[in-house]
Amino acid sequence: MTSIAGTKREKNSSGQIRAEALFKRTLVLIGCAMVVLVLGILLTLVIESIPSLKSLGLKYLWGKTWDPVNNVYGAFPFLLGTLLTSFLALIISIPFSFAIAIYLGEYQPKGWLSNFLKNTVELIAAVPSVIYGFWGLIVLVPMVRTLEIKLGVLPYGIGIFTSALILTIMIIPYSASLGREMIRLVPSQLKEAAYSLGATRYEVIRSVVLPFTKSGLFAGILLSLGRALGETMAVTMVIGNTSLIPTSIFAPGNTMASVIANEFTEADHTVYLSALIELGLVLFLVTVVINMVGKRIIKRFTNE
Amino acid sequence: MKLYFKKELILAILIMLGSAFFSQNKLSAQNDKTLLGAGSTFIYPLFSKLFSEYNKKTGVEVNYQSIGSGGGILQLTNKTVDFGASDGPLNGEQATKMGVPALHIPMASGAVVITYNLPGGSSNINLTPDIIADIYLGKIKQWNDPRIVGINKGVNVPAFPILVVHRAEASGTTNIFTNYLSKVSPEWMSKVGTASAVNWPVGLGGKGNESVAGLVKQTPGAVGYVELIYALQNKMEYAKVKNKKGKFILPSLASVTAAGNITLPADSKIFLTDTDAADGYPICGFTWALIYQEQNYGGRSLDRATKLLNLLWWNIHEGQQFTTPLNYAPLSKQALQVAERILKSATYSGKPILK
Repeated sequence: MTSIAGTKREKNSSGQIRAEALFKRTLVLIGCAMVVLVLGILLTLVIESIPSLKSLGLKYLWGKTWDPVNNVYGAFPFLLGTLLTSFLALIISIPFSFAIAIYLGEYQPKGWLSNFLKNTVELIAAVPSVIYGFWGLIVLVPMVRTLEIKLGVLPYGIGIFTSALILTIMIIPYSASLGREMIRLVPSQLKEAAYSLGATRYEVIRSVVLPFTKSGLFAGILLSLGRALGETMAVTMVIGNTSLIPTSIFAPGNTMASVIANEFTEADHTVYLSALIELGLVLFLVTVVINMVGKRIIKRFTNE
Repeated sequence: MKLYFKKELILAILIMLGSAFFSQNKLSAQNDKTLLGAGSTFIYPLFSKLFSEYNKKTGVEVNYQSIGSGGGILQLTNKTVDFGASDGPLNGEQATKMGVPALHIPMASGAVVITYNLPGGSSNINLTPDIIADIYLGKIKQWNDPRIVGINKGVNVPAFPILVVHRAEASGTTNIFTNYLSKVSPEWMSKVGTASAVNWPVGLGGKGNESVAGLVKQTPGAVGYVELIYALQNKMEYAKVKNKKGKFILPSLASVTAAGNITLPADSKIFLTDTDAADGYPICGFTWALIYQEQNYGGRSLDRATKLLNLLWWNIHEGQQFTTPLNYAPLSKQALQVAERILKSATYSGKPILK
């Protein structure tokens, strides 16, 4: 590369070479800034958590009481709430996002209907979360309450289940869009070969498209899980915000992100503030662990 | 490539460290025509009206950020504002962090009302302190509890489960409410206590007045607490509460002002809850402006300190006419006297600023 391009440039000007080098350095600098930023955030979280780590120790992780008056903080109910809402949302979202991905990727890749559907799904991702929160509170909560009365559980209306439903809607676009792209990338030779062997459309999807795209589909799910774990506003508005441990999926609960958002502005003593920051640290670590486990699983799938 | 990476990484770190040092905001560098304040969101609508009127009159501008009481106290501690505003007095730790004496000047009072949703739509039901405490402790679970029915003769109180709603986020409203419950119920005091966010024994949390109000309006049998202003503006049902003198008092601007018409401590650092005043509504409190007693700090000029004191003096006198139209309860006579004395105790290099 250097010999051919180099001689040409030497003829033009040495300024171009310098510009070229400067451009590259800028790219590297911006890349590095991201690394520094993430490490900086982690470092800040750790340093600011020290007062809470000192006074509460590891008990913080499985403590069940969150009592700012007596300075006793346990993150367990919120950890549980975060994981419950996110995974529940993930499970509910999978059939929907896969259906959209397969339909748009395989059955209807072109045409106005496909465009319309695709844009609508993408619009779902663009709506600010506070709007979902309000919609959830006004529309979804009464619906869930009616369901709860029919099921004979306490009709709170808000709670883990309602939050999971809101999250489901919010995360579908992520896995659906990525899934659609992946399905469209399946080489047509593979599909044509299967068709020529007499496979039906469903059989092609089941034994050619899905096996070929499973790592991509899984990556989409992982991406949407990350979104669900960190979602704050919409969840806060419909989860019930209680620090009691949820007894069923219809019970009210709380998530780490919403506790931080709710209590941060008025945390009026050092340990309290620090306990909230430690909650952020736990959330950060949970996200990292889930991402790492996810990457492992993707690797396994692709290596098979 | 390796070398590039190292250089750039170091540069990036240096830039970030550098920006951290320059983010400190210095009061002395500020324009002397603009006073800075931060704190309580509750008082914000009143303050923005007051400050705009004051600006028309004197040309002094006030930049007030409604970031919450805790945030206001923190900013005053860091000396990035001229005054803070808080719905609760400084606690021990906050006062220690400040290091020097801070003055609490009452600006207006607000109240917390008990709102509810009873199927059948009975308005202004009666509640007693022990009933409210037991509902929030989870001990009274049904609306037709004999104790509720007993004080509401002739009112249709249906057999319906009570759904308790409280504020999800830390707030001054919760601070006043839990302070009241701690005063009237020893059990609440020992089990839960007073703070802007507590470990609630029962119930759901709604974010903000609007969320609590929304949940109460939607759910038959729900009970919650919101600011009086919010309940008035949204025409919500709220309960009469029995005060210390045994009278059932409907929350209103008049009964809230009346609650403050008692002998106040010289520093005004008192929760007005469970007032001794016979016509006073029992769940209310002051919002204070907070300033340092010694105004000569961090290179502030005498001119700036005088401007601040004049503003606060105007707030508690001429400014009070703007409270009622905005649904804030004006200061009582007693409160005004105490506030005047406190303002006069502010000094610049040891000399009083207001004469």
